[in-house]
Amino acid sequence: MTAMREPTVRIQKIRKDTVRTRLIIFGALALILLLCSVFCEHLTPYDPYLQDLKNAKAPPSPEHLFGTDRYGRDMLSRVIVGSRTSIFSTLLLVGIVTALGTMVGVFCGWHGKWIDTVLMRISDMFLAFPGLVFAMAVAGVLGGGLQNAIIALVAISWPKYARIARSQTLAQKETPYLNAARLSGSGTWKMIFKHILPNIIGPILVTSMLDIGTMMMELAGLSFLGLGAKPPTAEWGSMMSDARSLLSSVPWVTLAPGFAIFVSVMIFNLLGDTIRDYADPKSRGR
Amino acid sequence: MEPVLKVENLTKVFTRRGQPAFTAVDHIGFELYPGECLGLIGESGSGKTTVVNMITRLLDSTEGRILLGGEDITRLSGKGLRRAYREMQMVFQTPADSFDPRCTLGDGIGESLRNNGMSRAETKQEVARLLTECGLTPEFASRYPHQVSGGQCQRAAIARALAVRPRLLICDEATSSLDVTIQQEILALLNDLRRHHGSELSILFICHDIALVQQFCSRVLVLYRGRIVEQGIPDEVICHPQDPYTRRLIESIL
Repeated sequence: MTAMREPTVRIQKIRKDTVRTRLIIFGALALILLLCSVFCEHLTPYDPYLQDLKNAKAPPSPEHLFGTDRYGRDMLSRVIVGSRTSIFSTLLLVGIVTALGTMVGVFCGWHGKWIDTVLMRISDMFLAFPGLVFAMAVAGVLGGGLQNAIIALVAISWPKYARIARSQTLAQKETPYLNAARLSGSGTWKMIFKHILPNIIGPILVTSMLDIGTMMMELAGLSFLGLGAKPPTAEWGSMMSDARSLLSSVPWVTLAPGFAIFVSVMIFNLLGDTIRDYADPKSRGR
Repeated sequence: MEPVLKVENLTKVFTRRGQPAFTAVDHIGFELYPGECLGLIGESGSGKTTVVNMITRLLDSTEGRILLGGEDITRLSGKGLRRAYREMQMVFQTPADSFDPRCTLGDGIGESLRNNGMSRAETKQEVARLLTECGLTPEFASRYPHQVSGGQCQRAAIARALAVRPRLLICDEATSSLDVTIQQEILALLNDLRRHHGSELSILFICHDIALVQQFCSRVLVLYRGRIVEQGIPDEVICHPQDPYTRRLIESIL
């Protein structure tokens, strides 16, 4: 019997270890990406804004690994510098959306009554509308610019978080421990911050990690449409947009920022997936 | 002698749109005197938990008054209610669920003390004392609810309830989710506490097990479909049941 049980134990141990290994690998990759965008000026081989018209539209070569664009600017340098705008505005966007959506959701779930109904019907309206179209409308009204693109995306993305936070809050509200906290004389704020938030934040954080990739794409999408970052700012989406007319003759100018988006979205998605696996109560503490 | 808890005409009607109103608790009244242990028995759905939730004000009553130590708490809220919770505490049915899974037992027990302005160091000492009083060791303060057994968790829950030195302790099926031997241990603990606190602690003991009530309570109320159908000394009620439901309840055990 013991001989038969042993393999099961070992398999479980190995599985747990792979989740942790994946967490370390993707966490490290995400960290490298972040460090890259923080220290981007020091990493560029050339000045990303320096035009060199003699060398314009040069294909990838040992001097210019990703080639040059139509003004002869080094693509590798531009992609590296673009990471700051792209990654930081994405993180800022995800942070704002998560905080705002959670706040609305917890408030609705806790307060209930008519205000809950009103806010939830509003969020239904947002969810029922095609998101990016609405974001384009908002960004169009506010005018271009990265800041307005972020505002537009916040406006369309909060309902998802509000929904999650609300349902989680409703579930926590009925638990005996919350009644016990009430009987202990804890006030509303203490109950929300000490008991409800720590218990609901797990699934919300995982959702926001998974959303980093989506948000990066949507931000790049808005920039691509000309509603995000303005030239000459290096931003991956607007860089692709700039070069799209040259796609057939100088493909590397479009492909380089596209590849950067692809790689970072991939890293953040895989990190989100891994965090979800890791945070699963069934795999935790075993 | 003034009763610790006096309930008058308490009624709860649940109304839902499109459905007939359901009267869960129907004009009940009783008194609980200092040092007394009053049992409240009845089958599932008889309204026991509704009564308790109304007394602890976790649920609003439709009609009637609740007097705690002479003060009307029926419509209290906010600060007034928090003051009332210093006189009245409750032990819940499911011990593990009654502690926040992300806080230690010590945090849970000390929460009411901290809320009443006790310093961190004093709270730690008091928690240790309470845990010892309830038959645990001070080390349990740093454990999480999932790291202790059901019986240990219920002891911690009793320690939490006693932290503010309440005059009224409500045990809502406090032993129901535990196995028989642990039930006896918890009852023994409650008995010790009664002896130790004397007339300063009154207990409202909600239970569906008439044998436990007979063993533990000085007086018993039988609740059936939201009404009190019988009350008296447990032995009397068991030997000479007057109401048909009580008779059935006792027959089902024997």
